[in-house]
Amino acid sequence: MAAAPDTGNAGGFLGWIDARFPLSKLWREQVSEYYAPKNFNFWYYFGVLSMVVLANQLITGIFLTMSYKPSAAEAFSSVEFIMRDLDWGWLIRYMHSTGASAFFIVIYLHMFRALLYGSSRKPRELLWIFGCLIFLLLMAEAFMGYVLPWGNMSFWGAQVIVSLFGSLPVIGGGLVEWIRGDYVIADATLNRFFALHVAALPIALIFLVIAHLMALHEVGSNNPDGIEIKKLKGADGHPLDGIPFHPYYTVKDLAGIAMFLLLFCGVIFFAPTFGGLFLEAPNFEPANPLQTPPHIAPVWYFTPFYAMLRAVPSFAGTQVWGVLVMGGAIVVLFFLPWLDRSPVKSIRYRGPVYKIALAIFSVSFIILGICGLKPPAGIYPLLAKICTGLYFAFFLLMPWYTKIDSVKPVPQRVTGHA
Amino acid sequence: MLKCFTLLTVLLVPAGLAMAEEGDDYLHAGTDINNTESLQRGARNFMNYCSGCHSLKYLRYNRMADDLKIPPADLSSLMFTSDKPFDEIVSAMPADAEKWFGKRPPDLSLTARAKGPDYIYSFLKGFYTDKARIWGVNNRYLPNASMPFVLASLQGLQKPVFKSETVDGQTKMVLSELELATPGSLSPEKYDEFVRDITNFLDYAGEPIKAKRQSLGIFVTLFLLVFFAFAYLLKKEYWKDVH
Repeated sequence: MAAAPDTGNAGGFLGWIDARFPLSKLWREQVSEYYAPKNFNFWYYFGVLSMVVLANQLITGIFLTMSYKPSAAEAFSSVEFIMRDLDWGWLIRYMHSTGASAFFIVIYLHMFRALLYGSSRKPRELLWIFGCLIFLLLMAEAFMGYVLPWGNMSFWGAQVIVSLFGSLPVIGGGLVEWIRGDYVIADATLNRFFALHVAALPIALIFLVIAHLMALHEVGSNNPDGIEIKKLKGADGHPLDGIPFHPYYTVKDLAGIAMFLLLFCGVIFFAPTFGGLFLEAPNFEPANPLQTPPHIAPVWYFTPFYAMLRAVPSFAGTQVWGVLVMGGAIVVLFFLPWLDRSPVKSIRYRGPVYKIALAIFSVSFIILGICGLKPPAGIYPLLAKICTGLYFAFFLLMPWYTKIDSVKPVPQRVTGHA
Repeated sequence: MLKCFTLLTVLLVPAGLAMAEEGDDYLHAGTDINNTESLQRGARNFMNYCSGCHSLKYLRYNRMADDLKIPPADLSSLMFTSDKPFDEIVSAMPADAEKWFGKRPPDLSLTARAKGPDYIYSFLKGFYTDKARIWGVNNRYLPNASMPFVLASLQGLQKPVFKSETVDGQTKMVLSELELATPGSLSPEKYDEFVRDITNFLDYAGEPIKAKRQSLGIFVTLFLLVFFAFAYLLKKEYWKDVH
């Protein structure tokens, strides 16, 4: 099994191509002779799954633009046209709307994997930074996409998020006007969000994903043991613990993708609104500048950051502190490779301190997500304040607690395979 | 692998619980989108009692007839005479209807999606006499609703029963239940069925593809299960020589 495909000296059509374009070479370097550690586990599916979801978003998105009308007067009706009158339009739309949530699920789990196994550490700092940029752009992409159906939550969500920029000193007011292209969220705003959502941001995302993959294939994949497989090579020059990405991981990922599609299609066909989390109920009413929804909450994937925004009280007559904290929660991610001072990468060989810190961080992030969905009353504002503190403590205290933490001896070779 | 799944479950359960605790006080509609007879009755009830004021502008007559298996002869009896089968279901309300009710009767195409079937069912069972209101009725589930109770001849009129409740040291009278004061032409059970059919129909109107989507989903799931099984076996086969 697993015979390597043609090495590129072929004649015929492929040979003709190879003499003019490095097709076989690219295939070999990036796929059939890209050696990946053989001990990838469950957490290593989410990279390929985010590629699957990206492809889904691009393809369904192209079909949606064929029938969607980016104007305040027609946007809402055109979405209902897609849902009702266009053949299979409902499926395309649900694939796209469910894909948006699925994107964040797989990306959050993908990032969590990096925290588990130290994937951001040297020599993968730039790989991690490209990833953070993808996450940041993805948030902008998702936010603007959410405005396009021009439902009432689209409108008021845009109102709340865009006005955040207004809290910046001096430039705030002018900046908000510049973003909206009007004195209120209106037709001009919808038009430019459409342009950014379907052209500018996807192009930037694709370039960043390519850079992310190039950086990955340059340094090689990390693994659950957090050791560098390139240090130990066999007589053939390949890592002893590495196996060719194709066919081993292509077939393994195929099974993972099938499992993912089972869950993904389960949502599309049986619960496309996912209890109002993936498609919010107030968004089935058209945008109405005169009627605020009873409770404005962003879509679930933004709620942890929204909770942080609300957790910070206004001070010295301005709300800008909450905005800075929310922005800081993203910015701090970029510094992760340098905040972590542990001599080992993987959680398997770290002591109890990091394990407890990561557990507290994960739970805090989920609680923040719940707080952001709820109206700011009762226990939630206090919980949000505590968890915002814990979120930042995880990162800012990391140089200290990773240094004092005990470590276990790291093996030379990877331990087993899944 | 198992550890990972356990961890995921532990992380996701609190989120699920937090979602589940949210409940509203609406009555349970108990509708069934696959009950075609109920949908047909609902369409008839809607056309007879609601469509004078409320449109379903995102639903076409012929789409409704196809999905609900309404014969052409019956369909024409549900339509305004000037309508064509491919027309959207619009109401007869003139442009200045706002002057009559203080609010233009809303389009109901997406009400079931925006507010849920339980809300519609409760709303239609929630009218009670209130002399302070312009139409002499108020609604338990949409206080100070501007809609007159057009189904009064069927349900009869309910009168409110108040009870005193103490909140933060202040005692006030709150609505506790509705009691049928004047019976209508339908028994309470028949009336429940009548509004349940309308609710079911509006649930259909909110997403006409819903029933087909769910039945299609079963085949998609079965296909993916088979696909997963083969993909898994393929992986096993390839990975035999990895040690």
